Amino acid sequence: MPQNRPPLIPIIIAALFALFLGLPLIALIWRAITLDGALTADLSISSAVWLSLSTTTITILLILIFGTPFAYLLARYNFPGKRAITILIDLPIVMPPVVAGLALLSAFGRRGLLGQWLAEFGIQITFTATAVILAQLFVASPFYIRAAQTRFAELPREYEEAAAVDGATRWQIFRQIILPQSGRALLAGIILSWARALGEFGATILFAGSLTGRTQTMPLLVYSALEQDLRTTFTTALILLAMAAVAFSITRWLTGLEENE
Amino acid sequence: MMTNLLLYRTDANRIKRLAQKIWILAITGFIALCVGCTPQTAGTELTIFAASSLSNAFTELAQTYETQNPEITIQLNFAGSSQLAAQISEGAPADIFASADSDQMNTAVASQRIDPEQIIPFLTNQLTIIAPLDNPANLMTLNDLAQTETSLILAAPNVPIRTYADQVIGRQTSDIQQNIYANLVSEEDNVRQIVAKIALGEADAGIVYISDITPDISSQVTTIPLNTTQNVTATYPIARLNDTPNPEEAHAFIQFILSPDGQDILRKWGFAPLDTSAAWQP
Repeated sequence: MPQNRPPLIPIIIAALFALFLGLPLIALIWRAITLDGALTADLSISSAVWLSLSTTTITILLILIFGTPFAYLLARYNFPGKRAITILIDLPIVMPPVVAGLALLSAFGRRGLLGQWLAEFGIQITFTATAVILAQLFVASPFYIRAAQTRFAELPREYEEAAAVDGATRWQIFRQIILPQSGRALLAGIILSWARALGEFGATILFAGSLTGRTQTMPLLVYSALEQDLRTTFTTALILLAMAAVAFSITRWLTGLEENE
Repeated sequence: MMTNLLLYRTDANRIKRLAQKIWILAITGFIALCVGCTPQTAGTELTIFAASSLSNAFTELAQTYETQNPEITIQLNFAGSSQLAAQISEGAPADIFASADSDQMNTAVASQRIDPEQIIPFLTNQLTIIAPLDNPANLMTLNDLAQTETSLILAAPNVPIRTYADQVIGRQTSDIQQNIYANLVSEEDNVRQIVAKIALGEADAGIVYISDITPDISSQVTTIPLNTTQNVTATYPIARLNDTPNPEEAHAFIQFILSPDGQDILRKWGFAPLDTSAAWQP
């Protein structure tokens, strides 16, 4: 079967490009493990890991609570302004994060549209962990909402209709029919959103600032330690990379299960 | 068969139209790029890494120098000195490094890209407290930074302005020091980020250089001066890199900065000329 043998030139081009994608990763790992006294965990690393894990967990919970009904409405109903809202959800995906940070500052900053009212009640969001979470929520939620919306839209309606005829409440239908059928797609969406939230940098540094233990998440530490302590930078980068690899493996495993069904 | 053919045809038309649109986009993009790109001038290009507090002064120095020496083009890269020193240590191509403190100059020396004998102190600067225009925390003195419910922004450790600010704060009693650092809400990349966030009103106070209060900024912030016993003097060193391909041109530009014309521009932007610059030999 000669058609099955890939042609030579595309192989060469693909190999070169794979090298381009792979080399930086290998170089990063290589440099991290060959660095003098590398892989030493200091206080700034542990507090950044803790801050990143706790903020992204809260972000994901918020995305689930707000995003799921949102995705359901978009998938199942038509309503005025639906197209505008769809664009609004997609916008953070294509928006440069630093612009998102500026936008958040304009809205929730101390002199922001909403922030100045909050400030009168003594509530300040900028430079707090709340700002870190809002930045993550803003940039990461579209990934989950999109995944959930697609899945909800492709579910067959028959079971739901039958259940409704038998007197099931809306909540029962959602809990016992829709969720079991879409669980895996939702989980994949959650992991994608989580990975995006974990890597959030541009919006966070602008909107939340950078302070060890309070707003300095792992990506911010990678950036700030670069001019102070290379070991911290590379160790943190490796931890981030490992986390991303785990997230990626889980998504692959989940989608693989889906395909095998 | 008929419907298939029709389908095929509409598909072909659609693809054709799509191809046309792509072409139009590509051509527009290409034209935009051509209009946008600046013509490459023949001659020597000098790349200067300078502390972000030098942004305005070095932009004017470079413009003046380029006008006087049309064969020279100057590329400026402004960032926190610690970031620049890190970039230089990682091999970033530069001809001249102007740092806001000697620590970061020494980092560049440690990477063996700068010869200690090339280092020339070229100006001094002092520090000041700034607050948003309406001074929401009602700050009057340095000690007021220790009040509860006051939010303070400093730079990240190793950024020169942070080193100097730590010296200023370090002269206070340990109680006051503790309370001031407890008010710290963010550690910024460079001094101009502190200025920007205070001008936006996001925090109550920041410690920056006097020279950062440019005419533009002075109408957006309140300045709370430090008295002479509190203040420290920041001395900025400049040096050409060992591996610059243009050592003579780099040297000439540094001479221009040390010349009366250059020092006038620095003075205009709020820097103090160095006392020892009188001893400088051309």
